[in-house]
Amino acid sequence: MKRFSVWITYLQVAPLALVFLLFLVVPILTIVIVSFFDYTTTQIIPAFILQNYEELLFSETTWKTYLQTLEFTAIAWALTLVIGFTVAYFVAFHVRSPTMQTVLFLLCTIPFWTSNVIRMISWIPFLGRNGLANSTLMSMGLINQPLEFLLYSNFSVVLVYVHLYTLFMVVPIFNSMMRIDRSLLEAARDAGATGWQTLINVILPLCKPGIAIGSIFIVTIVMGDFVTVRMMSGGLSASVGLMMANAMSLLQYPAAAANAVVLLLVVLLVVAAMLRLVDIRKEL
Amino acid sequence: MARKMNDLGRRKVLKGAAGLAGAALGSGVIGAPMVWAQNNKNIVLRQFGTGVSNLNDIADKCKADTGITIQMTALDSDACVQRAVTQPNSYDIADIEYWMIKKIWPAKVLQPFDTKKLTYYDKIVPLFKTGKLKPTSTIAQGTAPHTVGFVEKADSTTFAKQETQWFTMVPTIYNADTLGIRPDLVGREITQWKDILDPKFKGKTSILNIPSIGIMDAAMICESAGILKYGDKGNMTKAEIDKTIDFLIKTKKDGQFRAFWKTFDESVNLMTSGEVIIQSMWSPAVAAVRSKGVACKYQPLKEGYRSWGDGLAIAKHLSGAQLGAAYEYINWYLSGFTGAYLNRQGYYSAVLDTAKKNMSEDEWGFWMEGKPAKGDIKDPKGKLMEKAGTVRDGGSFDERMGAVACWNAVMDEDRYMVQKWNQFIAA
Repeated sequence: MKRFSVWITYLQVAPLALVFLLFLVVPILTIVIVSFFDYTTTQIIPAFILQNYEELLFSETTWKTYLQTLEFTAIAWALTLVIGFTVAYFVAFHVRSPTMQTVLFLLCTIPFWTSNVIRMISWIPFLGRNGLANSTLMSMGLINQPLEFLLYSNFSVVLVYVHLYTLFMVVPIFNSMMRIDRSLLEAARDAGATGWQTLINVILPLCKPGIAIGSIFIVTIVMGDFVTVRMMSGGLSASVGLMMANAMSLLQYPAAAANAVVLLLVVLLVVAAMLRLVDIRKEL
Repeated sequence: MARKMNDLGRRKVLKGAAGLAGAALGSGVIGAPMVWAQNNKNIVLRQFGTGVSNLNDIADKCKADTGITIQMTALDSDACVQRAVTQPNSYDIADIEYWMIKKIWPAKVLQPFDTKKLTYYDKIVPLFKTGKLKPTSTIAQGTAPHTVGFVEKADSTTFAKQETQWFTMVPTIYNADTLGIRPDLVGREITQWKDILDPKFKGKTSILNIPSIGIMDAAMICESAGILKYGDKGNMTKAEIDKTIDFLIKTKKDGQFRAFWKTFDESVNLMTSGEVIIQSMWSPAVAAVRSKGVACKYQPLKEGYRSWGDGLAIAKHLSGAQLGAAYEYINWYLSGFTGAYLNRQGYYSAVLDTAKKNMSEDEWGFWMEGKPAKGDIKDPKGKLMEKAGTVRDGGSFDERMGAVACWNAVMDEDRYMVQKWNQFIAA
């Protein structure tokens, strides 16, 4: 009987384990294996060489590109955090009626009904030299020369990241805030805390799991991105994802695989560091 | 999987052919091409290529004339090479550029054409057979089509040095590229490739970010500016690559470039919006900018053009009826309709005689002979392209294709070049 129940448990776990095995473990293992292969212009040659990693790690371009990607990530993370937290705070604490809260929350998700790429590309005519932003500022007499940095620059890349991904911060933080027991806030006020003190000492610590989850989203998305960087920097900036895409387009799969492994390790390290700081299980 | 489907398709066709042969015996008219033609309605050929020639109008007309269904997939240049090499069973016809075949051929995924089965082989422009437009022309640098156009034997993996019976690719469409400019905004005369470096155009220029093509434009610019002189721009040494890329990086850091483009529509948008006023461009992109009412000129330059050529190649797995249909499709391709269609878009067709028969005298005069248009010139869809009186930028076919300085190329130091190109983009 006991043996039977053990089998039942295994059986219950099996589907999920199988899915993970097939769609997560096997592909990652494949990438790791391919990253040690050799290649020529047209062929991938099974082998065990370290050349892909050597070429990657000893190249200045790689380091620069990783730094650039980390910089994009850090800025995008900081901005989405501030904006996301503010939006979530407003909806969770300032808006009193639950109906209104739901309505506003849904409103945040409306942009997601259109494609990511469309939302990104629509910035291009807006920010261009003769675009809406520049012509408005010029007709208002605020500037005489169009602002060139608005488009095809790191500014436009970060702007689009923030625009596209802030919601990934809003949702988990909002979720955390809604779980905060309102009597805690009353207690804080009764104990003489100012609004600011309540925010820093009560709300913020209780939102940590939400912030951590949102941060994981942002970091993983931005670190792996390549479309946004290519479109919004006009090909002037690089990112790790773009490096991989370039290598793949030239059939240099092993080089791209090696880069993917390194990127995976970097992202895992960042995520691990976050999980050390915050116990997100509290949330779940 | 693909193989299985081909066998199936072939069996079906053979069965049909047998039936037809029986029926035709009585009348005494039976030729192999006839039999194929009768059964073409069951034949589907899967073709991929760059956006340039993947045109539904051509597929529709082909279906109407020959019964063969052509399924087209448009990809960017890099993706074409990737698809050709890594998924050889996913296509029947590869519509690729000459520099690509230099990379793809050694992978043994394609089979050569037997020139004897190509109806119009003798009429193909000699540029693709000897590298010379006229017997007196000089051969341009780079991956000139004739250098990768032939193999010694059907199964050779290396290219033949001269014309043979085995043609790797049937040329279909080609052109001479140069810089596009906004004549209303540049405010000076543009005569040389180096004019793109004029400090006046700071932050208003662009070149394309496809390494094997971009490096050639860069080389034309460097040579024009006197930065260095190349032995062969199409096959640079490591030192030449280093110098070229260093120069590009410096130019980029100085803020000369507004952006780098990778696709046709990006180049059109950059020009139309005025983000860029002088850049590498493709001829139909210039036409597209003009069709939006924005002035744009495809400026001929003193140093000559950077040229490219596309062609159709057949996948190794094709055999039997499918292979027959592929030959028929390609013979049809060169028989006039498509040639005229492409010429009207501002490209050139490989067989000029047949295209000429499908164009009006005025059209031929405008597109091919550099004469002022007598009436309005329309694109293949009947949309106004140029008003009467206009002369084509750069002039006649002979003037333009006769001034080719180099062809798009794949270099022996390809891997190194790409690494350096990545550095340039990341810089």
